[in-house]
Amino acid sequence: MIVIDAVTKRYPDGTTAVDRLTLEIPDRSITVLVGPSGCGKTTTLRMINRMVDPSGGRILLDGHDIRERPVNALRRSMGYVIQHAGLFPHRTVIENIATVPRLLGWDRSRARARGLELMERVGLDTALAKRYPYQLSGGQQQRVGVARALAADPPVLLMDEPFSAVDPIVRKGLQDELLRIQADLGKTVVFVTHDIDEAIKLGDMVAVLREGGRLAQYAPPAELLSAPADEFVEDFLGADRGIRHLSFFGTEGLELTAEPIVAEDATTEQVRAHTIPQTPYVLVTDTEGRPRGWTHAADRAAGLPTELLPYGHAFTYGQDSLRAALDSAVLSPTGWAVAVDAEGRAIGVAAQETIAAAIRGAHATVGPRDSVRGVLA
Amino acid sequence: MNHGGFFEVPSDLQNTWWGLVGWQCELALLPVLYGLILALPLGMLCARFRWIYPPVLGVATVFYAIPSLAFFVFLIDYYGESDITVEIPLTVYSLVVLIPAIVDGMRSVSEDTRAAATAMGFGTLRRYLQVELPIAVPAVIAGLRVATVSSVSLVSVGMLIGNEGALGNLLSDALSYHRPLLAWDAVLSIAVIGVVLDALLVLARRLLTPWARKATAK
Repeated sequence: MIVIDAVTKRYPDGTTAVDRLTLEIPDRSITVLVGPSGCGKTTTLRMINRMVDPSGGRILLDGHDIRERPVNALRRSMGYVIQHAGLFPHRTVIENIATVPRLLGWDRSRARARGLELMERVGLDTALAKRYPYQLSGGQQQRVGVARALAADPPVLLMDEPFSAVDPIVRKGLQDELLRIQADLGKTVVFVTHDIDEAIKLGDMVAVLREGGRLAQYAPPAELLSAPADEFVEDFLGADRGIRHLSFFGTEGLELTAEPIVAEDATTEQVRAHTIPQTPYVLVTDTEGRPRGWTHAADRAAGLPTELLPYGHAFTYGQDSLRAALDSAVLSPTGWAVAVDAEGRAIGVAAQETIAAAIRGAHATVGPRDSVRGVLA
Repeated sequence: MNHGGFFEVPSDLQNTWWGLVGWQCELALLPVLYGLILALPLGMLCARFRWIYPPVLGVATVFYAIPSLAFFVFLIDYYGESDITVEIPLTVYSLVVLIPAIVDGMRSVSEDTRAAATAMGFGTLRRYLQVELPIAVPAVIAGLRVATVSSVSLVSVGMLIGNEGALGNLLSDALSYHRPLLAWDAVLSIAVIGVVLDALLVLARRLLTPWARKATAK
């Protein structure tokens, strides 16, 4: 565990970057420091590996003040990833990754083997091992940066806006990769970002900092969305936090109906039998059972020419969140969301009203204010 | 009267053409080497503590402004008519090019790279030798090219202190013996040496920095 204990950073010119910040960062989880520019989040991160020394307070790593250890030994036990990767331009991919193992005195072949292993872990083709950084895309460079940070298997990983400089699609890929790696390795990750969506997606715990380096709220992301501590946090979370909060509710309890689903070669009688009073439409599937679109049931049953209405997108039942289900229903011209199983086969549909009821149910189990506890733990 | 061929050196110089070429290279390159050895720590300090850069560069520039003849007159009392008397001023002159080249090279290391090196536990000296200096190589070699070529041509003035100018000595012989061909020999030979040494430095840069070939790489 990393304990940040009443830490202050004041510069000679009088500005206060961090102001009596106290945080307990749990092991084997991702803790995100988020806030606007000037909130001291990067300064805080850099105090953990002593690239910045605090003016007051102390930082404990597993109960020991970090100042007890030689600074370079401390740093070698903490992986560090920054924006733009900060790769060594004069070293190949594999040499970059092997940097810390080599500093720790590993022999060349062991460091190299470890480097190749990590390239695979972060999703890099090992054929890139002998390339130089300038020959890689931004996303690939960032993967090398993550691999380099993990090379000596440090228990702690410090990440300073690592994905801010890549485009949104690559960023999403890198975030998913980080969550996958974290599920395998269970590092103690401290992650700095100014992007609240990234914080909510990645964080097990999220610390919202405000300008002047003061802690506004420290809570799991769901709690942040349901019970922001004050107006600042609420503003920072943005207007649609209610919708985003739905990301934390699963669809496994959502009531589906499989009634208005017919195969594309269904007979008139079958279409008529599958028509329900709540909607004039039925969902048509292909022979594999995958949704193709909505069609007007009565016209189809009457043998009139009909066209397929697009269904927007489906949500995967039990895996996607209520947010995805709601989005699916809102996008669908019929107002019904299509649920599919892991293989993409339509297993049922749900009306907006059904989803709304599920949302009310989910909120009832959380309770409106009880999640404020632990904010100042 | 037979004055000999283009590459035939008058006997008073007691040397062959190839001998003069070798001597020219030695007198030109050793000062650049000494200059580099002095400039590396000075450049590192100037890049690290910005405030000392202007005074250091100012002193180097003042030395550069001293005519070589004045240097010789002063040094000849200590070292006589020797190679050292020629090499000391040339070493001092090279600093005015090499110090800024090293400072520029250090500044070409991106802040991200520097921060990453620090965060991974490089000490200051190790970071300088393993990260900053290799990245500074293109800028340092650019400085070495200018310093080398100018040093090669400056060596000739050594003739003023009694045939200490290698190929430059041919110039004084050209005057004494009224043999203009010797002057052509000196000038062309010095120019060719400059071009060849420059080409070698370009080659060295290409070999040392495979990571910097952005334009040609695919």
